[in-house]
Amino acid sequence: MGWFDRFTGGRKPPDPSDLWKKCPKCSEILLQKDLERNLFLCGKCDHHLRMPVWDRIALLTDDNSFLEIDQEMESVDALGFVDSAPYPERLQKAIQATDSFEAVTCGEAHLEGLPILLAVMNFEFMGGSMGSVVGEKVTRLIERGLEKRHPVICVSASGGARMQEGIFSLMQMAKTSAAIARLNAAAVPYISILTDPTTGGVSASFASLGDVNIAEPDALIGFAGPRVIEQTIRQKLPDGFQKSEFLLQHGMVDMVVHRRHLKTTLGRLLHLWA
Amino acid sequence: MTREFEFERPIVELEKRLKDLQALSEDGQIDLSREIQAIADKIALMKAEIFKSLEPWQYAQIARHIDRPSTLDYLKILCGDSFVELHGDRLFGDDAAMVAGFGRIGPHAVAVIGHQKGHDTDENLFRNFGMPHPEGYRKAMRVMRLAERFKKPIVIFIDTPGAFPGIGAEERGQSEAIARNLADMSRLGVPILCFVIGEGGSGGALAVGIGDRVFMLEYSIYSVISAEGCAAILWKDASRAKDAARALRLRATDLLEFGIIDQILPEPVGGAHRDPAATAATIRATILEHLAALLPLSADELLARRYAKFRAMGRYKVQDDAEIPA
Ligand SMILES: [Zn+2]
Repeated sequence: MGWFDRFTGGRKPPDPSDLWKKCPKCSEILLQKDLERNLFLCGKCDHHLRMPVWDRIALLTDDNSFLEIDQEMESVDALGFVDSAPYPERLQKAIQATDSFEAVTCGEAHLEGLPILLAVMNFEFMGGSMGSVVGEKVTRLIERGLEKRHPVICVSASGGARMQEGIFSLMQMAKTSAAIARLNAAAVPYISILTDPTTGGVSASFASLGDVNIAEPDALIGFAGPRVIEQTIRQKLPDGFQKSEFLLQHGMVDMVVHRRHLKTTLGRLLHLWA
Repeated sequence: MTREFEFERPIVELEKRLKDLQALSEDGQIDLSREIQAIADKIALMKAEIFKSLEPWQYAQIARHIDRPSTLDYLKILCGDSFVELHGDRLFGDDAAMVAGFGRIGPHAVAVIGHQKGHDTDENLFRNFGMPHPEGYRKAMRVMRLAERFKKPIVIFIDTPGAFPGIGAEERGQSEAIARNLADMSRLGVPILCFVIGEGGSGGALAVGIGDRVFMLEYSIYSVISAEGCAAILWKDASRAKDAARALRLRATDLLEFGIIDQILPEPVGGAHRDPAATAATIRATILEHLAALLPLSADELLARRYAKFRAMGRYKVQDDAEIPA
């Protein structure tokens, strides 16, 4: 079975549980169709819910300009990893649930008329975890940006490295970061957009290395997860700890930008640097 | 007296009997030399057998042994009085979980960097159990940049459970500190040799792990997450750490097979803590051999090779093609 048969490209028909969501902030019941119309923002409290990959791509790119690359790259079970379920089974489930082969979608596109390279991570695919494929696709995207001298934009949403790929996952941090170092040396812009949540190995590699780091409001961003920290230091964490505004206050991101203004903000920056 | 592991108990008991017999033969007239020899042989055989068939989890225990030689232990042997320790990241503070400085190893003046654990509770509290804060990684980077400026090679010892997960660490950008080291180490124009001497704990280890050569001591481990952490998340049960240790493939032999490390350095039977000097001699010989190979290379050549080395790490497939063993 080739990738085209398995990958439908469009959205799968909704099952009833997909018809509504509860706002994690204010508990308002939100209809899926309203969410889609409203950039996945809560209609009541404006909370930024997780945005599906293709909606994110539509948000950030000029109409019909996105051309996906490395779409057919798939993970393998290099370690023969079995926990409560074998890794290949988990992968198949994720592929079917998300209609994509991996936790990142990459492509060439235009943003306000400028050519860019864009990577968008998908938290629904095994928690957006980074294994060999995520690392390879992001690295290839960066290398393409270097070759064409087009700005690279990565939208992160990830719990970190993918445990099922063991040490290979860890090494993707090295690989992606080294590729960004080459971009930096060649003065090709790289912008990181951190969305809820961005933690662990993704946060500690390409997501923190932007020439400009932009966070969405109220996103969880950090190295260690809050539970791990609480267990280690045996105390409750303060309100707002590891949220976007906390990172802004501590100098780790350049700005916190509302989803509605994300594209225009990127456009303004990139035009200034072009 | 060295603290022993559960699996070493049979050896310890035999060693006790051996001692008793030796004492007896010393003050008595009975000749026990044959019995003594027999027990000594049995001990050697048993040691070889036990250490040949250790489980991954037992490797992790040896890697974390409180008597296992630390960075400063090796530096004492390798550099002697020539070691000059440097402190501070010039931004926030000094991190005792990471040591950095310059010293002489054989004919070479080198920068040395390493995680630092303690050998008792007080020391471990001072060293934060070898878990650095951002200032530790930034101090390491500062000293590595000095090394680059003065054209000195860099020798790094990796031994950490991981980067510290705490409030201050997050406030000061643990993620950024690690990521920045990964990026910047890939561009340092001097040779970098990395030695995993104990625990290679995840991003906190990798943050000083971008080397032209990466070596692991025989009983050290290197993994994306600790066995306990992995068990807690995937099995929802930290007591399944043994299973997680097996699944993670965290031994030196695994990493060599995967092409992640360049070479395994043998340890004395029973582990490095049984003979730190012998282990240091192995490390020293490895440093001299590989610096001889790397020092003639130009900075551009070094960087190109280093990039290619890490660029090739990963396993995946494209469409229905065979797996690409990069
Ligand atoms: Zn709401």
